Amino acid sequence: MIGFNLSKRFIRVWQRNYRVYRKTWMISFAPPLLEPLFYLAAFGVGLGGLVGSLSYGGKSTDYTAYIAPALIAINIMQSSFFETTFSSFVRMFYQKTFDAMLATPLTIEEIITGEILWGATKSVIGTALMMIILTFFGLLHFPHALLLLPVAFLGGLAFACVGMVCTAVVPTIETLNLPIFLFITPMFLFSGTFFPLNNLPAWAQGIANFLPLTHLVELCRASALGRLDVSNVISIAYLVIWSVVLFPFAVTGMRRRLVR
Amino acid sequence: MSAIIEVKNLRKSYGPAVAVDGISFTVQAGECFGLLGPNGAGKTTTIRMIYGFTPRESGTLQIFGTDCDTAWRSIKARIGVCQQEDNLDPDLTVRENLETFAAYFDIPSALVNERVASLLQFTALEGREHANVKDLSGGLKRRLALARALLNEPQLLILDEPTSGLDPQSRHQLWSRLDDLKKRGLTTLLTTHYMDEAQRLCDRLIIMDQGKILVEGAPLDLIQEHVGKSVIEVVAPCADLRGMLTEKGILFEDLGQRLILYSNDGETLYRDLLADHCHEGCMLRPATLEDVFLRLTGRELRE
Repeated sequence: MIGFNLSKRFIRVWQRNYRVYRKTWMISFAPPLLEPLFYLAAFGVGLGGLVGSLSYGGKSTDYTAYIAPALIAINIMQSSFFETTFSSFVRMFYQKTFDAMLATPLTIEEIITGEILWGATKSVIGTALMMIILTFFGLLHFPHALLLLPVAFLGGLAFACVGMVCTAVVPTIETLNLPIFLFITPMFLFSGTFFPLNNLPAWAQGIANFLPLTHLVELCRASALGRLDVSNVISIAYLVIWSVVLFPFAVTGMRRRLVR
Repeated sequence: MSAIIEVKNLRKSYGPAVAVDGISFTVQAGECFGLLGPNGAGKTTTIRMIYGFTPRESGTLQIFGTDCDTAWRSIKARIGVCQQEDNLDPDLTVRENLETFAAYFDIPSALVNERVASLLQFTALEGREHANVKDLSGGLKRRLALARALLNEPQLLILDEPTSGLDPQSRHQLWSRLDDLKKRGLTTLLTTHYMDEAQRLCDRLIIMDQGKILVEGAPLDLIQEHVGKSVIEVVAPCADLRGMLTEKGILFEDLGQRLILYSNDGETLYRDLLADHCHEGCMLRPATLEDVFLRLTGRELRE
C-alpha cells in the first residue's frame, strides 16, 4: 500500500453517511430551515430597522438582503466544518468506523475523500433548504441565485478539508473547541458577514481578505443578489487553493493517526 | 496443500519498542491456525500486518500466493476480518450494517440480499435484522461481526479474540459456527487468550512472547512435548515432597503453596503420592494447553 490510493470507491463512504443522514433527516433538516428565520428576525427586522440600507457594490442595498447571503455562507462553513470535526471524530474515535473500513478494500484516502465530500454535500443540502426560506421572503435574485448551490459545494469542500485537518491532529474531542473559538467564531463576525469590511481599519481588512469565509460570503452575496463580476474569480480560486492545499494534509494526518 | 499465508522475518517496532521481532510461519489452506501469547506479545500487530492495516517494517508477506505489496486490494477483497474491538456501525440496523459493509466490497446488490439472508440464518440473527446495533447484547454483536466478516465470501477469515467477554452459550454457539466454516474448507487465523478455545479450534498454533515465536505445532503435540500426558497439582505439599521429586527427577513447578507436577505416567505417580506423601489436596488431571502456555511464558503478570 505505497503511494496515493484513491479509486472511485470513496463513494461507498459517502453513501454510508448519506444512509445514516436519511434516517435522521427530520432532525437534520431543522437547523437550516429555522436558523435563517431566527437571524432574519433578529438582524433583519430588529437591527435592520436601525440600519435601513447600506451601499454594496455601489448600489444601495436593504440590510436584510445584505445579510441573507452571509447567513447561507455561515451555514455552508458550519455544516461541513462540524461534519468533518465532531461527526468524523465520533466515527473515527468512538465508533471505530474507519478501523472497520480499513479491513475492507477501502483505503485511508478513500475514507477521507468520502468524508470530506459528504461534508460538502451537507453544505449543499443546507443551502438548498435555506434558499427555499429566503426565496419565500423575496431575498434571492433568480436565476443567478442558483449559483449558490455550486458555491456551497466549493465552500463546503474548503471547510471540510479544514475540519478534517483539525480532526487528524486534536488529541481529544474537547480540543476541537479551540479551532472553533480561534478560527470559526472570529470569521463568523469579521468576514463581511454582518457589516461591510471597509468599515474596519485597513490592517483588519488585510487580515480579513485572507479568511476563507470572506471569499465565501463574497461569492454568496454576488450570486444571491445577481451582481457577479470578475473579482469573484479570485474568490473561487482562493477557495480552490484552500481545498487543494489542505486535502493532502488531511489524508497524511489521518494516516498518521489511524494506521499504526 | 497450498500455503494461504506465508510470513517470513516479519518485523514491526513502535519507536524503541519491538512489537513483532522477525517471526516466520506458514498457514496452509483449510487450516485453523492460532496465535497465542500474553498481552503485548505481538499477536494483534501480526494479524493487523496480515490484513493490511499496519504497514510492515521488514520481512515478506505472501497471501494466496501473491505479494501483499502489489496486489493488496484484491487480497483484502478475499479476507474477512473480525477485529478485537466492537466496530459495528451503531448508527445503522443489523441489516443496514451488512448492506453497508457489502458496499465497501463492491458486492453487486443482486448478490447482497441473498448473502445477507443466508448469513442472518447462519448466525441465528433472523428476526433481528431491523434491530438497532446499539441495542444488541455482546453475544449478538459478535455474531453480527462474524456475519459481516463473511459477506465477501472470504478465503481467509481472521478473528482477533472472537469470544472475549462472551457467556458460555455464546462461545459454544460461535465455536460450532466456526466448525461449520472449517468443514467448508475455510482457512482461519485466530488470536485468543482462552486455551480451551485454541485447543478446541486450532489445527496448529504458535505461542508468542515479546514479539518472538516460542513454539509452533498442533495443540496435542505441544502438550505432549512440553508438559506430558498428565498434571498433578499438590496443595500445601508436605516438607519432604520436594526432595523426593528432585531425587526421582520428576519435573515440577514450585508455586510455594502449590506444586505442579508434569508426568507421562501420572496415574502411578498419583497412587504413590497418595500412599506415601499426601493424603489430601492432591489432584490428577490431563495436561492442557494452558499448562504449556504457562510453562513457556511464565506466571508473572504482564501489564
